Amino acid sequence: MTDSLVPVLEAQEKMDTDKMWVIWGPQHPFSHGLWTLKLKIDGEFIVDADPIVGYLHRGWEKETENRDYARIIPMTDRLCYCASMTYSHLYCMTVEKALGIDIPEKAKYIRIVADEVCRIQSHLMWLAAVGTDLGNLTVFLWAMREREYFLDLNVKLCGARMTTNYPRIGGVRNDTTPLFDRDILRTVERFEKAMWDIIYLIDDSSVFVSRMKGISYMTREQCANLGLTGPAMRGCGVDFDIRRDDPYDNYDKVNFEVPVLNKEKKVGDTYDRYMIRIEEMFQSCDIIKQAVQKINAIGKNAPYRLKTPTKVPAGTTFGRLEDPRGESIMYLVSDGTDKPWRLKVRSPIFTNVSCSKAMCDGIRIADVPAVLAQIDMCLGETDR
Amino acid sequence: MADVIQAPTVDQVSEILKREFPDISILCVEERRVKVKCPREISHDVCVFIHDNLTFEHCSVVTGVDYEDHMMVVYLIANYYNGLMIDMDVDVPNDDPHVASVSDIWGGANWHERETWELFGIVFDNHPRLERLLTPDTYEFFPFRKSYKLRSQE
Amino acid sequence: MAVATYTSILEWINFNNPYDNPFTPFLSDNLPYDIAYGLWEILGGTLAWLINLLFPNNVVSTWLLCDEVCVLMSMLVFMLLIFIVAFVVVLLNLWMERKVLGRVMDRRGTMVGMKGFLQCVADGLKTFMKENTIPSKVDKMTYIWCVSLIVGLSCLVACMVPLSDRWYVVNYDSGLLIIMAFYALAPFFILVSGWAQNNKYSLIGGLRAAELMISYEVPMLIIIATTSLLCGSFNINAIVAAQSEIWFFIPQFLGFIVFFFCAIAECERPPFDIAEAETELVEGWQTEYAGMKWGLIMLGDYLRGSVSCGMVAIMFLGGWTIPFIGGTAAPEIVFLIKAWFVFFLMILVRGAIARVRPDQILNLGWKVFMPLAVINLAIVLLLKIGGVY
Repeated sequence: MTDSLVPVLEAQEKMDTDKMWVIWGPQHPFSHGLWTLKLKIDGEFIVDADPIVGYLHRGWEKETENRDYARIIPMTDRLCYCASMTYSHLYCMTVEKALGIDIPEKAKYIRIVADEVCRIQSHLMWLAAVGTDLGNLTVFLWAMREREYFLDLNVKLCGARMTTNYPRIGGVRNDTTPLFDRDILRTVERFEKAMWDIIYLIDDSSVFVSRMKGISYMTREQCANLGLTGPAMRGCGVDFDIRRDDPYDNYDKVNFEVPVLNKEKKVGDTYDRYMIRIEEMFQSCDIIKQAVQKINAIGKNAPYRLKTPTKVPAGTTFGRLEDPRGESIMYLVSDGTDKPWRLKVRSPIFTNVSCSKAMCDGIRIADVPAVLAQIDMCLGETDR
Repeated sequence: MADVIQAPTVDQVSEILKREFPDISILCVEERRVKVKCPREISHDVCVFIHDNLTFEHCSVVTGVDYEDHMMVVYLIANYYNGLMIDMDVDVPNDDPHVASVSDIWGGANWHERETWELFGIVFDNHPRLERLLTPDTYEFFPFRKSYKLRSQE
Repeated sequence: MAVATYTSILEWINFNNPYDNPFTPFLSDNLPYDIAYGLWEILGGTLAWLINLLFPNNVVSTWLLCDEVCVLMSMLVFMLLIFIVAFVVVLLNLWMERKVLGRVMDRRGTMVGMKGFLQCVADGLKTFMKENTIPSKVDKMTYIWCVSLIVGLSCLVACMVPLSDRWYVVNYDSGLLIIMAFYALAPFFILVSGWAQNNKYSLIGGLRAAELMISYEVPMLIIIATTSLLCGSFNINAIVAAQSEIWFFIPQFLGFIVFFFCAIAECERPPFDIAEAETELVEGWQTEYAGMKWGLIMLGDYLRGSVSCGMVAIMFLGGWTIPFIGGTAAPEIVFLIKAWFVFFLMILVRGAIARVRPDQILNLGWKVFMPLAVINLAIVLLLKIGGVY
C-alpha cells in the first residue's frame, strides 16, 4: 500500500459509509399508528435503533385536570381503542381507592368479565397484526373474525363495541343484560375450539415459527430493568402478574394459572413472547367462566353500583392493573375538589417501545416487524 | 451496607429504609404499599439501595407533580418477587428544579424522566439524553406546569 | 424443418408468402395467424371495396389487397391478438386470486361487477387516472427505462408461451431456453431501478431481488436441463409430445415441487416477495413508482406469474394434451385449465404461509432446492440409462 492511500482510507473509516440510517415512519406499513423507528443498518443487520413517538400527543393528562371525575371516564376509553375497558376500570379503581370505598361484589366480578373479554379481543387484535407483519393476511382476517364475537359481547354488555364507557366510579353502569351469561359461555366455548384453527395455521407452519424463533433474545434482568412488562416479560421468564401477585377487584378469588415461559432459563425469544399471549387467551377464557359462575351465584337483584360523592378528599393514590399489554398505573393527586389536581397514566407500551433498541440489537431488517409486533403498539396510550 | 433481602415485607422495607437513611420519612404503610418521602440530595443513593439490596428490579413510573409552591418527583418502584411497591416522593423547589437521574439504575426510567423533563421542566442530572420526547423540539415552555393555562382555564 | 443457411434479415421479409419462408416461425398451422389473416381479409377487403365504390379502379384498393400488404397487416393483427389473449388470461388470473384468496380468508373477495371481474378494470382505470409523479432526485433516464424494460420483458415472455401446438409465436428448437432467458432478465432491471430511485427502501428491495435471484435461479435451470434431458429436446412441442403417455410430473416429482416453488420466487409472489416486502420496505423497489407506472409493474408481475404457471403446466403437467386421449378439439382450453390449476395452488401457498426471510430463502435455495434438483437429475439419469425413457 502506498502512503498516499492511507489518509483516504482513514477518511473512509471516519465517514462510516457502510452503515446507514433507515427511517421507518411515521407513515410506514409496519407501524400500527404514527411513530417512527430509526434504524441504523450494517448490511442486513441492525446496529442501532431509535424510536420516536409523540406525533399523537394530545395532553391527555392536562385535559383531565380540567374535568370533573365522572367526565373523565369516556376519555379513558380513548387512551387505547383495544384496551378501553381496562383503562376505564383502572381509572374508576383509582378514584374509588382515593374515596376509600368498597364496591359491590357483583360489580367486581362484572369488571373481571369485562376486563378479560377486553384482554382476549386485544390479544386477537395483536394476533391479526402479527399476521400482517409477517406477511400473511389470512391470520389477520381469521383473528379479526374471532374478535368480532367478543366485540358482540361488548355490545351485549354495554351497547358499544370498542369505546365502551362502561365502568363507573363505585361500580358499573348497568347490570348484565338478560341471557348475557349464556351468550358469553357460548362465545368462550366456541372460541376455545376455533382458536385452534389459527394456532394450527401458525404453529404448524415452519415458516411462521422460523420467522420468530431464535431472534431477539431478552433476559429476565433486561426485561425487569428496561421496564418491559406484560406478556412480553412473562415470555422471558419474569414470573409476575399483577392479577395474581398484586390482586385487585376480586382477582384473588378466582383460580387461574399465570402462564410463564422460560422460568428456569430466564431468557426468551420472540416466539416465547408470541406463545405467551396465545396461552393468556385460554387462561382468560378460564377466568371468564369462573367469574360468570360467581355472578350467577350472587343473584339477579344484587347491587352493582354505589352512589359516590363527586368530591374526592385530598391526597395521593395510585391504582395498578394488568393491561393486555402490560402494567398500567394511574397516579392520582386530588385536592379535595371535584377535579383531579394531576392524573398520571403509566402506559405499558410507552415503556415497552423504549426497549426497542435492546430488542432490535443484532437482528436482521426482516425481523424487525416480527419482533416489534410483540410489543403490540398502540399510539393512543403511548403518546397520551 | 445491609445484605440483599429478596422479597421483603412492607414492615421490613420501612424498617430497613429508616435504619439505613435516617433522613427519609415513612409517610404511610398499607398492604403491599410503602409511601416514603426522601430529600433530593440522597434520592439517588436511596434508589441504588432499593434496587440492589431490596431487589426492587422495576421502576414503573417516574413522574412530576406541580404543587405551585414546589414541585415533586414521584417514583413508583416495583418488586417482582412479591408485588410490593414503594411510592417515593422527592420534593423539588421551583427555582432549582434538579434531581439526580435514576436511569443508570433502571433503564426503563429513561423515557419517563425525559417525559417529566419536557412536561414539567424538572432537570434530571446525569441523564444520558435529556431531549424532548412527546412534544416538538421547538417548545420553550413546559406544558404540564400549573402556570401554563389551557384556554378554558384562563 | 427447413435446413437452409441464414445470411441476413432480408431473407425473412423477401417472401410474398411467409409460409414459403424456411425461417418462418409460422409453420404449416398457426391458428392465431390464420385468424388474423381472416380478420384482415374481412377488414381490408371491406375497406378496399368501400374505396372502390367511391373511386372505381383506384390504386389504393389494389394495393390494400396485394399479398405483401395482407401479410404485413395480418402480422399486426396477429401481434394484437396474441397480446390480448395473454392479457385476458392475466386478468382472469387476477380475478381468480382475489376470489380464491378471499375464500381462504373467510370472506367473499371483491364484488365489483360481473362477480368481481370488473375490479381489474376499475383498478386499471384508477391507476391510470393517478398523477404521474416523478421524484426530483431520481436518475430519470434509468428510472423510466427500467420500468419500461421490466414491463416490456414481462409482456414479451408472456406472449412467447404457447397455448397449444397451433397457438404460438415462435416454435424454435430452443424455445424453452429462450423463454427462461427472457424470464430471468427482469431481476437485473429491478436491481438497477432500485439503485436509480435514490431511496433506501428501493435500494434494499433491489438488492434483495438480486439475492432472491441467485438463490432460486440455479436449481430452476438444473430442472429445466433435466426436463429437456428427459425428452431430448428444448423444443416445447417436443416436451409436450413426450408427455403424451405419462406426465413428467411422475418421474420427476421432486423436480416438480422444487420448480413450483422456484416459479413462485421467479414471479416474486408471496411468500417469496421479499423485494417488495411491504411491512419492512414499504413497497420495496416499487416505492417511488406512482400511478400507471406502478399499475404496469403490477401487470408485469402477474404476467410473469401466468408464465410461471404455464411453464409448470408445460414441463410437468403435459401441456395441452390429455393422457391416453392426446389432443382435443380445444387444446388451448386444456392448457389454460392446467395453468389455472397451478395458479390456484400458488394462491393457496400465498394464503397459508408467511413471508420468508431473505437469508432463509438463500438457505432454502442452496441447501434444500439445490440438492433436491440434483437428486432429481440423478433419478432422471438412472431412468435414461435404464432405458425407461
